[in-house]
Amino acid sequence: MKRREFLKRSAPAVTLPFLMGGVPIRAIGKSSFFEQFVTTGEENNRILVLVQLNGGNDGLNTIIPLDQYSNLFNARSNVLIPEEKVISLIDDTGLHPSMSSVHSLFQEKKIGILQGVGYPNPNFSHFRSTEIMVSASDADEVIKTGWLGRYLDRDYPEYPEGFPNDNTPDPLAITMGAIVSTTCQGPITNMGIAISRNDALYNLNGEDFGEVPDNNYGHELSFIRQTQLQTQLYLQTVSDAASKAQNLSSLYPEAGENTLADQLKIVAQLIAGGLQTSIYVVSLGGFDTHAEQIQMGTGTDTGLHADLLQKLSDAILAFQDDLNLLGHEDRVVGMTFSEFGRRIRSNISYGTDHGTSGPVIVFGTSVNPILQGDNPEIPASLDQEDNLPMQFDFRSVYGSILKDWFCVDEQVISTLLFRDFQYLPVIKTDNVTGLEDEITDASPLGQNYPNPANNFTTIKFRSSGGHLEVSLFDFQGKKIETFINKNIPVGEHELRIDTGSLRNAIYYYQMKHANKVFTKKMVVQR
Amino acid sequence: MKALTPEAVRKLITGRSHPPKQSNNFESGSQKKVSSKRQEKARTDTGLEPYSGSWGNQEIAHLLRRTTFGINFNDLANVSSMTLPDLVTSLLQDETLPDPPLNVRDGYTGVPIGQTWVNKSGDFDFNQDKLYSLGAWTMGHMVHQNLTLREKMALFLHNHFVTQVEIVVEARHLYSYNNLLREYALGNFKELTKQMTINPAMLVYLNGNLNEVGAANENYARELFELFTIGKGEQIGEGDYTNYTEQDVLAAARVLTGWVNDYLVNTSNYISEKHDKGDKQFSSAFDNVVLSNNEEQEYIDLIEMIFSKKETARFICRKLYRWFIYYTIDDQVEQQVIDPLAQIMVDNDYELKPVLTTLFNSAHFFDEANRGCLIKSPLDLTIGFFRQFNVAFPDNADLINQYANWRFVYLLALLQEQRLGDPPSVAGWPAYYQEPQFYQIWINAATLPFKRDLTNFFTLGPGYESGDFILGIDPIAMAESVSQPSDPNILIQELIDLLYSIDLIQDQKDFLKEVLIPGLPDFEWTVEWNNYKSDPDDPNKLAAVSSKLRALFSTMLSMAEYQLS
Repeated sequence: MKRREFLKRSAPAVTLPFLMGGVPIRAIGKSSFFEQFVTTGEENNRILVLVQLNGGNDGLNTIIPLDQYSNLFNARSNVLIPEEKVISLIDDTGLHPSMSSVHSLFQEKKIGILQGVGYPNPNFSHFRSTEIMVSASDADEVIKTGWLGRYLDRDYPEYPEGFPNDNTPDPLAITMGAIVSTTCQGPITNMGIAISRNDALYNLNGEDFGEVPDNNYGHELSFIRQTQLQTQLYLQTVSDAASKAQNLSSLYPEAGENTLADQLKIVAQLIAGGLQTSIYVVSLGGFDTHAEQIQMGTGTDTGLHADLLQKLSDAILAFQDDLNLLGHEDRVVGMTFSEFGRRIRSNISYGTDHGTSGPVIVFGTSVNPILQGDNPEIPASLDQEDNLPMQFDFRSVYGSILKDWFCVDEQVISTLLFRDFQYLPVIKTDNVTGLEDEITDASPLGQNYPNPANNFTTIKFRSSGGHLEVSLFDFQGKKIETFINKNIPVGEHELRIDTGSLRNAIYYYQMKHANKVFTKKMVVQR
Repeated sequence: MKALTPEAVRKLITGRSHPPKQSNNFESGSQKKVSSKRQEKARTDTGLEPYSGSWGNQEIAHLLRRTTFGINFNDLANVSSMTLPDLVTSLLQDETLPDPPLNVRDGYTGVPIGQTWVNKSGDFDFNQDKLYSLGAWTMGHMVHQNLTLREKMALFLHNHFVTQVEIVVEARHLYSYNNLLREYALGNFKELTKQMTINPAMLVYLNGNLNEVGAANENYARELFELFTIGKGEQIGEGDYTNYTEQDVLAAARVLTGWVNDYLVNTSNYISEKHDKGDKQFSSAFDNVVLSNNEEQEYIDLIEMIFSKKETARFICRKLYRWFIYYTIDDQVEQQVIDPLAQIMVDNDYELKPVLTTLFNSAHFFDEANRGCLIKSPLDLTIGFFRQFNVAFPDNADLINQYANWRFVYLLALLQEQRLGDPPSVAGWPAYYQEPQFYQIWINAATLPFKRDLTNFFTLGPGYESGDFILGIDPIAMAESVSQPSDPNILIQELIDLLYSIDLIQDQKDFLKEVLIPGLPDFEWTVEWNNYKSDPDDPNKLAAVSSKLRALFSTMLSMAEYQLS
């Protein structure tokens, strides 16, 4: 059966023609030229880390609208944080007192916050709402693929056929945990792999498969588990990456104390170890705080929810610190999401029931370090069922990250998300590349500046003397123009390129010199 | 409808046209040697005495798993009140032979679709159509088997008296061979051996049809001793294998001269002129017996001679042991199980029922040391999955598609290196004879990822679509077979009890619950399930629980424990 036929039958939504600059995207991945560039060079790929908060985080006790405090008190006095303990974030907006780590990152301009992220016609089922969030569907449509799975499938339409290969030796996406995240579910297979406790990485770090009984059953079970381990296609590359780098931050809690920090620690190790994986999914559970989300007797700023936020906040801080020390901070952006927020009114069990929209936290040096959205308005009198209105559709956050972080064309994003989206400045756009334009010993070809280019851009390069060629290619590997093709004297040079006639897209420029080829990616965006 | 190729099925299931290239994940030095860690197991000294331990769902499931191609919750419930002896008797009940395979292909113009071809002579041009029909039909019996031993024994006999479709080719011969396996699955092994010796498919397969006076072809005679009856013993001299000698092979070949198959009538004929009428002198292994000319009855004399030796019964019992219990046969098993079982076989003149009745009622069969240690063959695993999940196949009204779906199952097993009808050699599948790996041969770097892709294909996706039919699981129906599906702990535990032989440890159960309800307290499952039950037509509520169930099934079926029976 042809794959396209399969797609048509199993997931009609993704057979929409993916067009980028008039070129069918599906053709792109077939070009080995393209794949070669995607993984070419030093560790220069961009990375997105999704932090899934399972259970539905109580947003009103996370990002606290201080200007609504008296009405909030009416609605949820038994769980509300004392006003004087709330950390002031900006103006009338505060943070849960457990989140001092996030606060300090915010001051360092490494945190962005969006208030009121949700979707129309909210569903109060954990499972359905999670499915909606990971598939980026409307509330009333069931879509089996995940939004990042579709994104990856666009670039790697043949996956898993022929993977891993020399050009793409690393997993496309990694979930830390039990099963591979549905976020990465592509039309034919999940585009990612999961690394769990029972799996390669942990095992190579010295843990065993767990106890097996000393009998025939145990003997056969060990054999099968060992073979399972050996047949993990990405075992070698992942464990190699893990062995190449060590975490440098001292801020990580003891192993086992903060599962989220444990997961992010491995993510940092893999990034620093050179894994070219661009998507990681980590998770923290326990946010389904129907009862006793606060510790009675010791104050509403203590207890279950406070502990969870503390874990979240401390884990992000340690991760950022680690990435900074490891020198990879500019390549990584993180984003939290949860299937829903919680009800405005608390219940009599000192907890909160399933709600609707909530805050999203983005982190990293490349995020736009601002608070977006207004404090929600809390009415003076509320029914138990009343919920927060939505300010931003969650798909606008996804779309904006795809656009500014993964440089995906807006038209393409609309097909990936099945709709146009409202652009939000989630990522700093003056820092689109996150890469320095310096030329180094390792790469005598610099990053173009500015990037994205508007009408002009400049490329620095260094010649060691002799013949040198610089050319520009489109995404499919088709040569557009050769700028230089002659002997160039020793030294640093600058090449100014007129990009005014190029359409908005991703390009590659390549320098051939002294028997070596150097390649960089550039974006044209007007 | 276009017939599926193995390549197309692989692509459908895995997304790959070829098995993935394996990177050399382990340096040879760092590879853990499981076998080296193995110690002599503390064993109980159970033998054939009747089992008297606890008799509950675990024991029932153990018995049914080993004697059938898989059970579902209904099967378990249906027999839950039976005693062990009654259940064994029920498993060993006789069944009428199935109706013959039908033509399902337009291109076969000689026989209308829906009519059988087995009595129609000629039509050699349509052999492929007949083979397609026969292969699917055979699979159909296994998939839709009753709760009896027949199908598992028929496959045992196929693996024992091997023929290969690729070599025999002729479909009607192969049909008669298949019928023989089912007819004698619970019958008399000696009688079966006699029938098999002159079965037209076997005559073709091991060149019996070329064996004639003056030009003896030893092929069948050799395998008759070595693989089908008494087995090769230690070589104690030139051409002397303890249980038989080269002289015996040649003598037996001469006994068997004169038999030829008839392609047109689908039978075998004795042709006296081709028969060697001289005396056949056997070795001391057979007490220096001389078989004299007895024309078309002479092969019977040969079989009787071989079966007069108890070693023949021992050899057959060892093969039964490796099929139903485990592959390691140590001295203790030899003395306490094999030998007394062989005696029962001899005492009952090679009737299989008394032997199997004793074995399945025995303490040894239910010994903890023998539970969960049998690695499922691809047929066990694949058919077992469809049976456990009660997957519906197209019915007789949709005959063409029914056969196509059976054929699909055949291809799934083929892609795991078990081709029904075509064991790799006359010795059968290596998993049942190849030392020291035995069952472990089924598990390798190519088959294991495919098994995971296969179970994921069915648990996570809609299944296999052919025409208007979808071969797939119903996750809700599966959950509703559990006594209390709204309770996540009961749901998971009962699935464990059905799908695995040995209970999981608590860490694993927690892990599975994390898959079902990630980061959530137990009651949230109950809430979601009850929401669905109160409004089962709401697609959102259906999607909520079914997607979680699918994730759970997928995880459970990808665990190493699922490979064990």
